Amino acid sequence: MTRIDAKFAALKADGKKAFVAYIMAGDPDYETSLEVVKGLPAAGVDVIELGLPFTDPMADGPTIQLAGQRALEAGQTLVKTLELARAFRENDDTTPIVLMGYYNPIYSHGVERFLVDAKDAGIDGLIVVDLPPEEDEELCIPAQAAGLNFIRLATPTTDDKRLPKVLQNTSGFVYYVSITGITGAANAVATDVGPEVARIKAATDLPVIVGFGIKTAESSRTIAEVADGAVVGSAIVERIGNGDSPSEVLAFVKSLADGAHSA
Amino acid sequence: MANDLFNSFMTGPDEQGRFGQFGGRFVSETLMPLILDLEAEYEKAKTDQSFWDEMNHLWTHYVGRPSPLYLAERLTEELGGAKIYMKRDELNHTGAHKINNVLGQIILARRMGKTRIIAETGAGQHGVATATVCAKFGLKCIVYMGAHDVERQKPNVFRMKLLGAEVVPVTSGRGTLKDAMNDALRDWVTNVRDTFYCIGTVAGPHPYPAMVRDFQAIIGKEAKAQMHEAEGRLPDTIIAAIGGGSNAMGLFFPFLDDKEVRIIGVEAGGKGVNNKMEHCASLTGGRPGVLHGNRTYLLQDDDGQILEGFSISAGLDYPGIGPEHSWLHEIGRAEYVAITDAEALEAFQLCCQTEGIIPALEPSHALAHVTKIAPELPKDHIICMNMCGRGDKDIFTVARALGWDMAESD
Repeated sequence: MTRIDAKFAALKADGKKAFVAYIMAGDPDYETSLEVVKGLPAAGVDVIELGLPFTDPMADGPTIQLAGQRALEAGQTLVKTLELARAFRENDDTTPIVLMGYYNPIYSHGVERFLVDAKDAGIDGLIVVDLPPEEDEELCIPAQAAGLNFIRLATPTTDDKRLPKVLQNTSGFVYYVSITGITGAANAVATDVGPEVARIKAATDLPVIVGFGIKTAESSRTIAEVADGAVVGSAIVERIGNGDSPSEVLAFVKSLADGAHSA
Repeated sequence: MANDLFNSFMTGPDEQGRFGQFGGRFVSETLMPLILDLEAEYEKAKTDQSFWDEMNHLWTHYVGRPSPLYLAERLTEELGGAKIYMKRDELNHTGAHKINNVLGQIILARRMGKTRIIAETGAGQHGVATATVCAKFGLKCIVYMGAHDVERQKPNVFRMKLLGAEVVPVTSGRGTLKDAMNDALRDWVTNVRDTFYCIGTVAGPHPYPAMVRDFQAIIGKEAKAQMHEAEGRLPDTIIAAIGGGSNAMGLFFPFLDDKEVRIIGVEAGGKGVNNKMEHCASLTGGRPGVLHGNRTYLLQDDDGQILEGFSISAGLDYPGIGPEHSWLHEIGRAEYVAITDAEALEAFQLCCQTEGIIPALEPSHALAHVTKIAPELPKDHIICMNMCGRGDKDIFTVARALGWDMAESD
């Protein structure tokens, strides 16, 4: 059982929805992002999604892309991102960390070496946007064998015929992408998302968490009401990009977490 | 030999879209169903005679195919060695090989009922070809182009606008071809229902590398038949320039199993293939990685971050290369070399002066390599190079490089 599995079991026992926050590692610099990440659990974050910066984030909107550029310019790398996770783990051994990014930095590091290093740094799961089930041999199957969850995205274009393939090697939770589009773009609409979540839940026992297009405490609540939890990324990253202090960012995160937890 | 499937180089890709370890389908889940759909439609079209009838009709009457195979007599004489033929794809409608592929993809888009076409472009040649075919069929066309390229390729931007396309300058990242491709993919993820993504080269997720190659293979098929007519035999060496590698793949593919034919791909060496990455030579100076839906050789740093290439030619300015080239490189069926900006500029001028042909900067790279090897080869050695585009679009860049003042007051 990974920290992710344990966390969702605990939330389920409490009858609570999950709140997941995304932060780009190293944005705007290593120290600041570590300070924000360290503050997330106290702000009510149940699962941390730690962004792995990449020059060409094809599924992300300008907010996340700029965050990645800031991080890379400040010298962030895959190795430093794992270091950041390790530093967080010094004081927190329960909050799950999911590393989210694109395949090339991992492939470049070497898959086997990466899995050892990630596990050692206290990473619990992976979301790799450009690895669909068709490429499971690359990382998904080795990651599961190494004891890391591999969390898959399901999208509005994942029809019933395709859904079993998407769920087959997924573990931890299912990340439902609420819109066809990029991060930080259109708004997620609970009335559209609800039936889709129900469709996925009918096919799996895993928790279904919804992300993309959730920007406010109110939408965090309405989306969490129709799912097992909500993810917010761009709206938080945007505040970091605007130069908000870690305490201001964490206050905003707390409002979003409170929204999801009131669902 | 072509019938010997066990030793054929022409059977790829496999069911996973792989050429050896290269290629694949590294895309987000949102796009995966679209790519599978495209693959199914392409597989159907490929064996449908009516699809090829339509292609052949348009190739003949709209593009002007077959393009001539031309013996460059003065250039041959000047270099004093091998006999040099040019496959004149620069004479195609819109001035480059790009339209061969665009026609295929647009006919496919129409069969799939898609009404909105998106494309990425570097030098603007693929953008112009896409805008052209969209105008012909009354389809909405949106072209993503790096802001930096919009600036250095103004004539093509204006052409696209005249043809009714919307040109979106891309400022994300560093505003070059790879960023334009990122933004085109973002558009596709957002507009999945009505949109067809018309990729301009033999890269991207499967089935694009194979599909674009199949459409461009008309170049090599014609060249083979024309060479047979002219010389009664195969050429000894075939040469083409490579950015993403579609004109090269088009020329090379029909010759892959003719093992006596030497195949040479010419990458953009920019200021020289060095550690400063002032070049676009993915095979000569890169290593395997995953970008834009496929595994292939990429220019990247130690952390797997993608690097910007550098070349005088906007059409070669891409940090990757088609996966089939990566495979041909690794198995050794084709050789890949790099030519610098300065060498390409010299070949550009030589071609103008000896043959009365103003070549694009892209094939000038291939020509530069011809000028290097031809003098050392015997007179009965036949070289066929792909003159894949004309240089009208490049005269401003060349003028600047040669120190000419092209200001309007002149």
